[in-house]
Amino acid sequence: MLAYALRRLLVAVPTLFIIVTIAFFMIRIAPGGPFDRERAIPPEIEKNILAAYDLDLPLWQQYLKYVGGVLQGDFGPSYKYRDFTVLDLIASGLPASLQLGGIAIVLAVLFGITAGTFAALSQNSRYDYLIMAGAMTGIAIPNFVMAPLLTLVFGVYLSLLPVAGWGDGALANKILPVIALALPQIAYIARLTRGSMIETLSQNYVRTARAKGLRERIVIVRHALRGALLPVVSYLGPATAQIITGSVVIETIFDFPGIGRHFVQGALNRDYTVVMGVMIFYATLIILFNLLVDLAYALLDPKVKYEQR
Amino acid sequence: MASVLTVNALNTRFSTPEGAVSAVNDVTFSVDARESVGVVGESGSGKSQVFMSALGLLAKNGQAHGSVQYAGDEMLGMPETQLNRIRGVHIGMIFQDPMTSLNPYLRVVRQMTEVLVEHKGSTEQDARAKSLQALESVGIPDPAKRLDQYPYELSGGMRQRVMIAMALLCEPQLLIADEPTTALDVTVQAQILELLADLKRHHDMAIVLITHDLGVVAGLCDRVLVMYAGRIVEQGTVRDVFYDPRHPYTLGLLESMPRVDAAGDEALATIQGQPPNLQRLPRGCAFSERCPLAWERCDEAPPPLRELASGRYSACYRDAPR
Repeated sequence: MLAYALRRLLVAVPTLFIIVTIAFFMIRIAPGGPFDRERAIPPEIEKNILAAYDLDLPLWQQYLKYVGGVLQGDFGPSYKYRDFTVLDLIASGLPASLQLGGIAIVLAVLFGITAGTFAALSQNSRYDYLIMAGAMTGIAIPNFVMAPLLTLVFGVYLSLLPVAGWGDGALANKILPVIALALPQIAYIARLTRGSMIETLSQNYVRTARAKGLRERIVIVRHALRGALLPVVSYLGPATAQIITGSVVIETIFDFPGIGRHFVQGALNRDYTVVMGVMIFYATLIILFNLLVDLAYALLDPKVKYEQR
Repeated sequence: MASVLTVNALNTRFSTPEGAVSAVNDVTFSVDARESVGVVGESGSGKSQVFMSALGLLAKNGQAHGSVQYAGDEMLGMPETQLNRIRGVHIGMIFQDPMTSLNPYLRVVRQMTEVLVEHKGSTEQDARAKSLQALESVGIPDPAKRLDQYPYELSGGMRQRVMIAMALLCEPQLLIADEPTTALDVTVQAQILELLADLKRHHDMAIVLITHDLGVVAGLCDRVLVMYAGRIVEQGTVRDVFYDPRHPYTLGLLESMPRVDAAGDEALATIQGQPPNLQRLPRGCAFSERCPLAWERCDEAPPPLRELASGRYSACYRDAPR
């Protein structure tokens, strides 16, 4: 298993390299640059600034310099926040983003699986229809619509929760962003679990478990749930990616001081290094999570083995 | 002799979007202690569903009416905990496809010990020792190793042996084997049948063998029930039914068995036509459309199962006075 994990990590290197390359050239295709202002800067000063950040070099030289830096763990300075390096910015946003995304994914798994299992066990009852209708709504409403709606209802009309902001990490400030981020995932996982649970319940081995006179709880938890959860585990990889892209939107809407907001600000400011740094960070996170998911799969399904015999 | 299983006027329906399917129609029979009964019929004849109904294992859209009694206790509508006790301890069941009937995600030992832990209150350790014995007794090579393997690591024949060992853990009064050899290679089939014959000799239990293979019934059973379109059409000792079939369907089945001594160029006899659609059963005898002996009366009402002699039944108007 360890050898497999190491191999997968090695394979991730070229993937990251491709991502770095595409990101590098794409952000530069966007019109404007980090130091363009509405008011023209005297050409001498502009020249000096560009030279200070190597932006006067031919593009391929800039690219080689950047990749060289990244290989040494240097993601460069932010062009906008002059006193910070890209790594400083990511580190400063990490606690908020990690809490937001972490709690959202835990909620998504817990509530998604529970709701899906419950719906499957009461298949075609009104509870089933209610849960599935809710799930369909959750999937259909994009987070940039859901977030303002939640703010409007719980923040403005009911005045129960803060409308936005970090509030020095107060729990109340996290509730709405976490819900807005987790809802579509809860909904999707619930649907996934329901479908897969219904299929598993009709498997012969579940019938065998019943024929053995086992209690319904054991039949469900020990015999059915594991098989039913395999598709959900597979989905956790893409779910992480969705949580990350979702957090970019949610952090911006709720003015949450996370990495996602730096990313958006960076993109608007043409802060090349920040955008690239966050992109690499996100890509690494997604690759790592997919690896974890595949390893977890081997724990659930004995037929999946990564050792070479 | 006391009967372990008594089925009375059992009707099983499945509701489907296209309408109700009558899988079991007015089935009545009983199984005595220590006897072995073959239930034969083609796919869709309801032979499995009779026992699925009895054990509460019907698919969600299925509904059974009538009466199924185990040792005098009514099983239909019995509370779940009581039913679990009967199907776990007193009635063992093995299924057609050993490839999918064992849980692929759990080790063999876990699937076996849980039965003893649940019903006998055994400790995990005792249950393991008992399971090992059970695997030994069904002739699995290297049972200690098999115990800790997953089903996918076992061959089809071994999996069926595990199923049998598992069904026998609590020493049931009745073993129901639903096409236990259908999914297996021919040589393995013979071994499993040998094992079942052995169990019959050495265990104090009744066996119900559900199969479409008349040869299997002849080798293993005392009595046979022939089912067609959800009804029992003939019933009797294996000897009587095989040598003196009274229902045209049974006769057709026997005639369509391939014979070793038949001339090579002789075509295999068949029963013309198809079994009826269970959603639209005819008003009369379900077999009449394919029956060479059918007459007007056959289309009026289904012929009742009449006792011709002690324990000898047939559902055909041919024997009825005209």
